Amino acid sequence: MSLAMSDLTLALPELFLAGAAMLLLMLGVFRKEDSARVVLVLALLVLTVTLVLAYGVTPKTGRATSFGGLFLVDDFTRFAKVLVLVATAFTLAISRTWMEKEEIARFEYPVLVLFATLGMLMMISANDLMALYLGLETQSLALYVMAAYHRDNARSTESGLKYFVLGALASGLLLYGASLVYGFVGATNFETIAKALASHHAPQGLIIGLAFLVAGLAFKVAAVPFHMWTPDVYEGAPTPVTAFFAIGPKIAAFALLVRVLTGPFGPMVEAWQQLVVFLAAASMIVGAFAAIGQTNIKRLMAYSSIGHAGYALVGLAVGNREGISGLLLYLAIYLAMNLGTFGIILAMRVKGRAVEGISDLAGLARTSPMMALMLAVFMFSMAGIPPLAGFFGKLYVFLAAVNAGHIILALIGVLSSAVAAYYYLRIVKVMYFDEPAEALDRPIGPTLAVVLAGSLVFIVFFFLVPSPLVGGAEHAASVLFH
Amino acid sequence: MIIQGLVFYLFAALAIAGGVLVISAKNPVHSVLWLIVVFFNAAGLFLLQGAEFLAMVLVVVYVGAVAVLFLFVVMMLDINFVQLRQGFLHYLPSGALVGIVLLVELAVVLVGWAVSGEAPKSLAAPAPELAKMTNTEALGHILYTQYLYLFQASGVVLLIAMIGSILLTLRHRPGTRHQNISRQVDRHPKDTLEIRKVPSGGGI
Repeated sequence: MSLAMSDLTLALPELFLAGAAMLLLMLGVFRKEDSARVVLVLALLVLTVTLVLAYGVTPKTGRATSFGGLFLVDDFTRFAKVLVLVATAFTLAISRTWMEKEEIARFEYPVLVLFATLGMLMMISANDLMALYLGLETQSLALYVMAAYHRDNARSTESGLKYFVLGALASGLLLYGASLVYGFVGATNFETIAKALASHHAPQGLIIGLAFLVAGLAFKVAAVPFHMWTPDVYEGAPTPVTAFFAIGPKIAAFALLVRVLTGPFGPMVEAWQQLVVFLAAASMIVGAFAAIGQTNIKRLMAYSSIGHAGYALVGLAVGNREGISGLLLYLAIYLAMNLGTFGIILAMRVKGRAVEGISDLAGLARTSPMMALMLAVFMFSMAGIPPLAGFFGKLYVFLAAVNAGHIILALIGVLSSAVAAYYYLRIVKVMYFDEPAEALDRPIGPTLAVVLAGSLVFIVFFFLVPSPLVGGAEHAASVLFH
Repeated sequence: MIIQGLVFYLFAALAIAGGVLVISAKNPVHSVLWLIVVFFNAAGLFLLQGAEFLAMVLVVVYVGAVAVLFLFVVMMLDINFVQLRQGFLHYLPSGALVGIVLLVELAVVLVGWAVSGEAPKSLAAPAPELAKMTNTEALGHILYTQYLYLFQASGVVLLIAMIGSILLTLRHRPGTRHQNISRQVDRHPKDTLEIRKVPSGGGI
């Protein structure tokens, strides 16, 4: 077996990203002053080029593997990679002002973001249990460091340590599951596993291995009951890092979960479907009820993201083309909503100090009406109120569930979104009807304003031209079920 | 054949004896030294099986790095092992029970081991003919061609770990006196030394 040129072209986005990240690391080390800003701007450039490459690399037959079947590119991976790269680029862009104001801007941050993104792309393209694990570790290790990035802040270091310990435990579960699967099938390649499972009855041990694999991956998407780390890590990590955690890594982990369950374990759909149904239902319920009592907006967003993971998992629990395309669409809309909301959270500063209490938003409608309006739109969208984008995300997922006969799951979803609407609308109430607290600092900076306006436009006008995104998601999902 | 068998029993017996001494030695430094004996004997067992690469790696990595690290830790941390071991007899029954349960489980697993029929055929990397190439060569073929992607990815993981540990722990303290070696080497006698003739009785 020799390394052909086509192997390298398929992995061009990853190779470029890895090389560029190392170059930027060197640049940051040897450049004395303003290294943080220069590296960040260059990192944004790198992410854009990677995005173009990831979108442009299309195998002739629609699906191709390289590096001896370890690495896979098809239209599903392209869709997921584009989502991840868009999320990473925007979250990195809006991080700059906050980091500079907190005086923790360092060149390592963009470099770590690039490496984490590399890990995510590797996860999405994984076609082998070993490639899956290494992609996951590349991403996770960078994320652990980023959570503890504000190293002089006790909460940040605590969240980093917590994330590391629990993440290592989850990796252990995942590896144990992978070793059981390897032991019973004799292969780690996804296609070989699928072939072996299609022609043979799955032994008991394999189901145990599958359960451990799902547990490890459920930790990464923060699905109940593997969600314990989320509120603490989201609250403790610096806000731009939280914004980053909430979007990109989640999309990548979802793509990986979908790939693993529909690919190698596609023939065992009955075995994993009940697991995913449970994860989805539990995440929706816990996400809705636990968020009610929160006073810190980052913690609230953590529970919100647990709930959203539950809704997206409904699409996976359905397990057919319609369900997966609903999940992908949900993730795309989730990206825009979270980007907007975290944009507002990043702008929450009073007298130069970052605040993160929901009460700090009191009377925002009077002190800065535009920001209040934007946040209100994001909250309405998260609650799933038509005609905003969030409504359509939920609609497609629940529709798929009903069509496939998962009525109870859809019902739990609708009821829990009604509960969740309470705490989203509470923020709107605090902004519009409470006595004004101290006004937030203005102006918020051009980058943030552009990103906020972009996500606002997407969310409000999504229903006018949904076809490109819906079509893309449907096409991406269809390649999983050829 | 007989010699091979004898050597096997020699290594095996020494390894077990070393293992017993590791946990029974009073002095923790002695424990680590016995551990090194165990490693050497295990390496000998590998050698008998024809796995020379594993044997060498075991000596290089475990004896050369891990055991030395253990030794450092044991010597640096002042742990009173006698005190730690006080409840040894007290906990022996429950510990033995756990050990027996594990042993039975292992036996059950070994007896009931079932691999799908396809497994041998679908093996990712079948073992090459050992007569044709050495262990090291065979491992290299797998690692640097078939699993090149994984090898490189592991490199990236290690790089991130390095960046992370530097980012989280390195602090630039102002006012420390760093040694600038290139400046020291560049120093020339004529820049710093001045030789003057001192006339006797004149002074400078």
